[in-house]
Amino acid sequence: MNSNTDLKAQLIADFKDAEGKMNGEAKSPIHLVRQQALQTFDQLGFPTIKHEEWKYSNVKNLVSQSFAFNAPSDFSAADVEQMAIPNLDGNILYFINGVYNESLSTIVSPTDEVVILPLAEAIKSHADVIEKYFNQYADSADNAFTAVNTAFAKNGVFIYVPEKKVVEQPIILRFIADARETNVAAQPRNLIVAGKRAEVKVAEAFRSFGENVSFTNAVTEVYVAEEANVHYYKVQNETDQSYNIGTTAVYQEGRSVFTANTVTANGGFVRNNLNIKIDGEYAEANMFGLYIPNGKQHVDNHTAVDHAKPNSNSNELYKGILKDKSTGVFNGKIYVRQDAQKTNAFQSCKNVLISNDATMNTKPQLEIWADDVKCSHGTTTGQLNDDALFYMQARGISKDSARALLMLAFAQEVIDKMEIPAIKEYLEGLIVEKIYQA
Amino acid sequence: MLKINNLQAKIGEKEILKGINLEVKAGEVHAIMGPNGSGKSTLASVLAGREDYEVTGGSVDFFGKDLLDLAPEERAAEGIFLAFQYPVEIPGVSTTNFLKTAVNEIRKYRGEEPLDAVQFLKMFKQKMSYVNIDQSLLNRALNEGFSGGEKKRNEIFQMAVLEPKLAILDETDSGLDIDALRIVAEGVNKLKSPDNATIVVTHYQRLLDYIVPDYVHVLYKGRIVKSGTKELALELEERGYDWIKAEVDAAEVSA
Repeated sequence: MNSNTDLKAQLIADFKDAEGKMNGEAKSPIHLVRQQALQTFDQLGFPTIKHEEWKYSNVKNLVSQSFAFNAPSDFSAADVEQMAIPNLDGNILYFINGVYNESLSTIVSPTDEVVILPLAEAIKSHADVIEKYFNQYADSADNAFTAVNTAFAKNGVFIYVPEKKVVEQPIILRFIADARETNVAAQPRNLIVAGKRAEVKVAEAFRSFGENVSFTNAVTEVYVAEEANVHYYKVQNETDQSYNIGTTAVYQEGRSVFTANTVTANGGFVRNNLNIKIDGEYAEANMFGLYIPNGKQHVDNHTAVDHAKPNSNSNELYKGILKDKSTGVFNGKIYVRQDAQKTNAFQSCKNVLISNDATMNTKPQLEIWADDVKCSHGTTTGQLNDDALFYMQARGISKDSARALLMLAFAQEVIDKMEIPAIKEYLEGLIVEKIYQA
Repeated sequence: MLKINNLQAKIGEKEILKGINLEVKAGEVHAIMGPNGSGKSTLASVLAGREDYEVTGGSVDFFGKDLLDLAPEERAAEGIFLAFQYPVEIPGVSTTNFLKTAVNEIRKYRGEEPLDAVQFLKMFKQKMSYVNIDQSLLNRALNEGFSGGEKKRNEIFQMAVLEPKLAILDETDSGLDIDALRIVAEGVNKLKSPDNATIVVTHYQRLLDYIVPDYVHVLYKGRIVKSGTKELALELEERGYDWIKAEVDAAEVSA
């Protein structure tokens, strides 16, 4: 486990180097957190497939490479326009190779409605909020990627919605990896705090460019106060040379609603951890996911919802369409603590394998200590329905079109959960394009 | 229009069609009757191109083309329509979207321009009247949660939209009450013309009260063992199939 790797050595050296150049901040509370996290990372090392949580997702090829972290990029405003999501209005923040680019970004929401700041700035201006919520929900103890993200926490966004504020415009975080010149890496760290009865929609959209390898290790923490409602989207459309590993850690108070939509259109190696702790009554957590890998793409979704208090609901639906030699992993954990009576927890993961060479590994894990609960889980992996295909062909629809229509219909259930129309259309476009690819 | 010559087919190792001969001309209605397991539905499926069945011999000529050489979607584009005994439920695909795709793929096959949304709307409205089908049904996912009658009406609606040259109705009467049966049959009759033909596959005579056949054929043990006019259907209704089975089985023994 403690095996050293090129990447690990590079990161530890980088940390020491950056620390030496710090002016004053080295003694600040947040830096103590970083130091601790680095220690944890050093002890853990990157996981191998011997680690139960990484059994099907091998990062060996990732951690033997070196990367330029936070590398400069010459993407211009015109380039960025090319990668814009059409018809999308709202707060749009660009992070190129991990670094916030103010000139490319647009913030439209009034500051009394929502505070949107680069994390580094917020550490100074909103120290009290940061101290209260930062690193409280993402657990580094058994996750080297979260640990190393925490050790380098600086780039990313801080979103703070005060009590009773409804943020009208969505907040879109565009994480762009520019790997046209060299291997690049970024470690965005985001903190979203929604106060009591606040409402906000936040989307993280990942893209990468270029022939070189890109590595993004993003960690997002979300605090959802009483009666608050947070919609969270993670949209991935990266190259086959990209590694996208990340954790979203959510903490929900009573009567809050949190909904996550995680859609992977493309990406060479994707690992999404979504961990939700429901620590209040009458709260609701929704987890929806869709992945359509092709070629040799690998998509791994690990979700965990922890019901700690009574009378809350969680509802999970993940769907996958796997083509060619692609591989997928779904691991869904549901914990229902002894206190969490009258919990309803539903989990479903459905997959369609389009080729005989595609592989899907699914593992639901339920641990229930309470006795008065309703929990269900089901995973299915199958092929497209032959009867349906023949029925469509008998009406004149070619086999390829019939397959595409069936795949799209299969995916639609998850796409329809998206509440930002422009993002929904963008994804529909990506998915249609990918489905119709031979 | 359609010439079936000594058609043989099997599923797995089981021979089901053992030499079917049948000719259907434009303007005609043929009924194919027979006891359960005689091969009626297999014949319908083979004509539509279902891959589960392996054709082991014989030929099917449709307007001079070798039908057995065509993919199911090509047969549909050439003008074959199979109304399914059990229409398939397809969640997530609306009936209108499904039919628009079908119509435009068929038009493409025939080298015609695709229809636009307005043209579809107009056409659908007109065709909906044939079978009293409701717009709300067409907006729903294809056949999903439809009642038996709704599914069959939807089949005939699709037939009205696609305007086939040869319609094959596979046990369209199964699971229908008398009112639904009448609506479905009236729809089929409205679509009849001197240029098209219909094959009605059915176990019971009652559908033939509404869709009156020019010819009735009895299928048994994979062959057409008796052909006649609509009076034959009435005789079958009265006497059942046993006398025909006995005739055939006796002939087999003596042979």
